[in-house]
Amino acid sequence: MGRKEKGRSTFDLVQIQAKLEQAPEKRFWRGLEELAGTPEYRNFLQCEFPHDPRQDEKGVSRRDALKWMAASAALAGLTACTKLPTEKIVPYAQQRPENFVPGKPLFYATAMPLGGYATGLLVESHMGRPTKVEGNPSHPASLGAADVFAQASVLTLYDPDRAQVVIYDGRIGSWSTFLTSAEQYRADLLLRKGAGLRILTGTVTSPTLADQINSLLAQFPQAKWHQHEPCNRDSTREGAKLAFGEYVSTVYHFDQADVVVSLDADFLGSGPGALRHAHDFSERRRVTSPQSSMNRLYVVESTPTITGAMADHRLPLRAGDVEAFARALAEGLGVKTGAVAAAVPARVPPDWIPALVRDLEKHRGACIIVAGEQQPPVVHALAHAINDVLASAGKTVTYTGPVEANPVNQSTSLGELVADIQAGQVDTLVILGVNPVYSAPADVHFVQNLLKVRTRIHLSLYDDETAELCHWHVPEAHYLEAWSDARAYDGTVSILQPLISPLYDGKSAHEVLAVLAGQEGLSGHDIVRDYWQRQKPAAGFEAFWQRSLNDGVVAGTALPAKPVKLSGTFATQAAKVGGSQGAGMEIVLRLDPTVWDGSFANNGWLQELPKPLTKLTWDNAALVSPATALKLGVTNGDVLKLRSREQEVDAPVWITPGHADDSLTVHLGYGRRRAGRVGTGVGFNAYKLCASERPWVSRVEVQKTGKNYQLVTTQHHHIMGKEGEEVEEESVAARQRSLVRVATLEKFRQEPDFAREEGGEKAPSLYPGYKYDGNAWGMAIDLNSCIGCNACVVACQSENNIPVVGKDQVARGREMHWIRVDTYFHGGLQNPETYNEVVLCMQCENAPCEYVCPVAATVHSPEGLNEMIYNRCVGTRYCSNNCPYKVRRFNFYLYADWKTPSLEPLRNPDVTVRSRGVMEKCTYCVQRINAAKIAAEKEDREVGDGEIVTACQQTCPTQAIVFGNINDPNSRVAKLKAQSRNYGLLTDLNTRPRTTYLAKLRNPNPEIKE
Amino acid sequence: MAQIFHRSTNTISKLMIYGLVFILGALAYLVYAVNQSPYFTDVNVPRQQPVPFSHKHHVTDDGIDCRYCHTSVEQSSYAGVPATHICMSCHSKLWLNSAMLEPVRASYASNASLEWTRVNALPDFVYFDHSIHVSKGIGCTTCHGPIGEMPLTWRANTLYMRWCIDCHKHPERSVRRREDVFRADYVAPPDQLALGRRLVKEYKIKDPKQLTDCYTCHR
Repeated sequence: MGRKEKGRSTFDLVQIQAKLEQAPEKRFWRGLEELAGTPEYRNFLQCEFPHDPRQDEKGVSRRDALKWMAASAALAGLTACTKLPTEKIVPYAQQRPENFVPGKPLFYATAMPLGGYATGLLVESHMGRPTKVEGNPSHPASLGAADVFAQASVLTLYDPDRAQVVIYDGRIGSWSTFLTSAEQYRADLLLRKGAGLRILTGTVTSPTLADQINSLLAQFPQAKWHQHEPCNRDSTREGAKLAFGEYVSTVYHFDQADVVVSLDADFLGSGPGALRHAHDFSERRRVTSPQSSMNRLYVVESTPTITGAMADHRLPLRAGDVEAFARALAEGLGVKTGAVAAAVPARVPPDWIPALVRDLEKHRGACIIVAGEQQPPVVHALAHAINDVLASAGKTVTYTGPVEANPVNQSTSLGELVADIQAGQVDTLVILGVNPVYSAPADVHFVQNLLKVRTRIHLSLYDDETAELCHWHVPEAHYLEAWSDARAYDGTVSILQPLISPLYDGKSAHEVLAVLAGQEGLSGHDIVRDYWQRQKPAAGFEAFWQRSLNDGVVAGTALPAKPVKLSGTFATQAAKVGGSQGAGMEIVLRLDPTVWDGSFANNGWLQELPKPLTKLTWDNAALVSPATALKLGVTNGDVLKLRSREQEVDAPVWITPGHADDSLTVHLGYGRRRAGRVGTGVGFNAYKLCASERPWVSRVEVQKTGKNYQLVTTQHHHIMGKEGEEVEEESVAARQRSLVRVATLEKFRQEPDFAREEGGEKAPSLYPGYKYDGNAWGMAIDLNSCIGCNACVVACQSENNIPVVGKDQVARGREMHWIRVDTYFHGGLQNPETYNEVVLCMQCENAPCEYVCPVAATVHSPEGLNEMIYNRCVGTRYCSNNCPYKVRRFNFYLYADWKTPSLEPLRNPDVTVRSRGVMEKCTYCVQRINAAKIAAEKEDREVGDGEIVTACQQTCPTQAIVFGNINDPNSRVAKLKAQSRNYGLLTDLNTRPRTTYLAKLRNPNPEIKE
Repeated sequence: MAQIFHRSTNTISKLMIYGLVFILGALAYLVYAVNQSPYFTDVNVPRQQPVPFSHKHHVTDDGIDCRYCHTSVEQSSYAGVPATHICMSCHSKLWLNSAMLEPVRASYASNASLEWTRVNALPDFVYFDHSIHVSKGIGCTTCHGPIGEMPLTWRANTLYMRWCIDCHKHPERSVRRREDVFRADYVAPPDQLALGRRLVKEYKIKDPKQLTDCYTCHR
């Protein structure tokens, strides 16, 4: 079925679909390549690393020459030993800083603002260098978890491509010349009462920054403040206004909801509070016994997201049809939407909405309806109205005053700025931390207008597209380098304290604003502290300040719940703004799950992170459903010309099972022109297709170009399968091996042992067994909790000094991640069930890798770890060849960057930086195990349960990963493993894995037949 | 046909064959000897320092405890090389005008670190932890040698893996009472083995299987 055509493989979707329909209940599948059995897929299945490294060098002679050179060098260095180089020890001259013990990390509480909203963090500092980010357990938006962006932000801090100097007019300037000029601008502006001054920021929740801007506006009454966040939350804001007549913030309490309906909302994966949502949501899916209950999630969405993958019922629907669905649902529940008998979209199965209505009514007061950012305000308003009619408002959904300091419609705000420029009313524009030249919607013509402004001042982390067109560019201090404050999704304020002084003399927005306000020389610390000093009584301020810094939250700053009432004119209002788009092809623009709005484009960890579900790396693509691909006659990698709102981009296609038909999703954040060495020129820029009105969804015309582009996905890498198994007959990732075990809650109640192995897990072995007297480390991963958010992958990368290899090497299957998220599908191409499974080293008790190492570089520890000893490894790769789980990674080249000085302080000093020719793999974070063991032994006690937390476990928002001592029957991990849902992967090989899984449960509504 | 080779060729070739074995053996020994020699291991080679600091004077003559300067030895993997501040806690009163101490005063005044030459070094893939050794009754001098007799500091042991493993296999040969750990003049008692076995039990020192596990030191 798979065939090679003009150097690329393609597949027949019709045949795949037919094949799936023949045996729908049996199959779990990894992707279309697998179903089609393309040559690439077979290659990846049969070989650990299918690409022959000898082909890397073109022309044989060079390699041979190197061989001889290496042989001579080996003979020359016969001893194979090197004398250690002489090193210097450089202690402090003055007294060491407080609490400072060399070799012991310190943790400081701070917070990371993303899109203006804060996530509380604890940042690990080794000898004054921040090396690792963890969540702050006392912060409401984190509860100890951190997302991919927070985890990767530490790499951005040390990014050698960050802006390093003040630039004036394209030449290197200095901060002091900026101060002199700023003085002048200020004097000028004072005369004019600030006429002509405009300040452009992103979303601001920082009380201090807002205060500074407001006092600046008081000084310059004619000046104006505009806001532009690349992916703004206007729909959310305007939706609240439509429903309640004012801007309010919504706080969802998923831990109290029995039924959740998502209207195109990826509430587990993105947006403020996503980590908390994931935590609370999974709390309601924690099943310990057949008596446990579970919540139920319905998702209606166009683009497959991780939220959709968690759904008990998922309905792919064009984004433009979601409004009609929402109206029909609202009408069904008795909300007056004002529309004349809302027509249910044809794609909705007839039993869906009535069943959903009954389910919601059964759980009145314990439901949440949540609308997605891509949806227009009216859908948000409808969601509010439904929550209101279901008596959920005040219980599962509460409202507070706006978290943002100055909530405005940001599209309008940017439009007003441009209009003012056109009217010649702007002569000084200060842009703080945003990159509108890259991210402004095309129809505001930002670039042409920006150039009309006489003085343009820009502050940002990178010398980016906007910096290029501004007179002044000031390097911005990273959030780990600067003082600030910011609010979380529920209003809780965190004070951001720096972990390190600015590497490149960067300045924060506070410091730049202070200059404009004539308070030059005021440090960020003074500004933030002054603000809080004014808010609090003088007595006890010092204690308050220390406490707030220590805890990472300012106590009692969460915004109080605010009673709201659905506005009386809601029905007429809703009718007016309604009107979904008709049929035809639509394009949905979304924040990228890894590079976000493009501000992380130069972050290699995030670029290489496989995106959830598609597993694409290093690119964005036009995601389409199989049926749409068939209709368009395209396959993976075919380049389409997308024309929307008079703009065009070329986009390669990626066929995504479960995508809504006649819809096309494109992720933003790519196609950067000036991102840095990593991000420049990667992917295509989809902001061109945005418009201020309805920015995220629009009609699109699609045209084939006949061109092809190589997209790289890791979906068919590291497949666990039987060797030589015939792909045609039985899916590999499949039934026989039962890699994914899943049942409905109903079935689990009847048959709690459904996931148990038939046949003994302890089959006899030729090798003598090990005895584990003391600790025996093990891990349990609850598939019912895991949402596949990828945070563990980046956390592991950061903790274990894992290198980035680049697109070309990923294409050869050489990505280095020690932990990966495998995605499996089940069912037809239209709307498959989706399962995420986190796979890391299983730490087998009968480890196949150990037996084949000729140099004993991988051996068994008395505590049951499969040790990987880098300094012993000679790189035969036998171990990896013999690993059925495909969790070993080989350094084909010197992937770790040993040269860039700014990246040296980034590394975890407790983990070896691996060199070329060395195998590596997950160690269960042995550095953390050893540290805890040493601490316990010094106190003459055993290591307590929960004392050792692996990096993946620590950052997991749903606490799906639990690590501990399985010899202790009271440990959390032992209790999890004792549950009936516990099973191991490929246990028929008698590997006796220490990492086991708890089977996934689904809680479908029996009234809905699928 | 006339003989091509002279009869003596037999002797020569025998010599060469046996000689080759000898030569290879000698080469191997040479390699081993170089590897063990102070040239390679730096053992017993006093290192030049910015200030000719004498452990002999400070430890033996003055009786200063190791931990006065190496402050983190009980808490951290690093014993810690003292900040100039610690030197100055005495030398702001003693030897005020000594020329030898000029770099110390300069460092303190200018807040620029002294750059000491490292004497005891391990490769970067070895994760040694001072604190656990000290708390399990391994004395300073067990690894650092007769530090109280060193006018300039030198490395007392090769710090090769074999040397480490020797002790990890037989901790009873080296372990001493906790109260003796920081004594530079400590001499093992004649009944060391008996004492050692008792202390290994008392201090719950892990069995050699655990102590020689790779992940104990490498990761």
